[in-house]
Amino acid sequence: MRIICPICGARDRREYYYQGDAVALQRPAPDAGEAAWDAYLHLRDNPAGVTRDLWYHEAGCGSWVVVTRNTVTHEVQDTVLAAPVNADNAP
Amino acid sequence: MVELIARTPCQALLPLEIGGVVVREEDVGRLTSIMPYRGQHAAVSATLKAAHGIELPAPGRMYEAQCAQAIWFGRGQTMLIGPAPDAALSRDAALTDQSDAWAVVRLHGDSAEDVLARLVPVDLRAASFSCGHTARTRLMHLAASITRLDDRTFRIMVFRSMAMTLVHDLKTAMEGVAARR
Repeated sequence: MRIICPICGARDRREYYYQGDAVALQRPAPDAGEAAWDAYLHLRDNPAGVTRDLWYHEAGCGSWVVVTRNTVTHEVQDTVLAAPVNADNAP
Repeated sequence: MVELIARTPCQALLPLEIGGVVVREEDVGRLTSIMPYRGQHAAVSATLKAAHGIELPAPGRMYEAQCAQAIWFGRGQTMLIGPAPDAALSRDAALTDQSDAWAVVRLHGDSAEDVLARLVPVDLRAASFSCGHTARTRLMHLAASITRLDDRTFRIMVFRSMAMTLVHDLKTAMEGVAARR
């Protein structure tokens, strides 16, 4: 399996570390309340269909990559950087 | 005082020649990692250009000046190879001396690409990986930096502690390629 790193290009799966649901990018506010934090920490959907995961390009550039994939067809639809390249974040 | 004798990472292991492919240890001088602070990429690039004649390399590239090389070494990381870093660089970037931390070898020969094809999950053939291209990837299980220096030569960098494993893996692959000739 190959995953396209937005910086390095198509790279082998063994260069990546799988973190899990990209929910980590939607951290609730500190005062969001118990229910929001409980959901953020413990509750995960298990969709048959499109899901967003965080993969770490561990053996490559060291970027976190948000991979949108379909759990039914195994199709990888999109890969984007969790921290986009801009004036603050060098490639 | 005890007289300590400096040993290079691959001192007892190289050179090695099998089937027309040669691995030699490379003495590259000082190694300094440069990590620009947030938003300082352009400023550090300009300072590097003024001090050492090279800009910060684009991802996957090595830039070369007369006595210095800069290898892209991961997101927001550049390895300056050769000179001691100019003091002005430390204003906008984190500098770390890594001179003794890396085993640096050159793999040279007509079949160098075939040897690496057995070890590295990246297409390193000249059509997609030409002179001055570099990649952070794995060599077997080792985190490595691989750079093409010319049409038959690659530079491989791994952590110093992995020198023996690197040579073992290269030797196995070189023997495999030579046996199939």
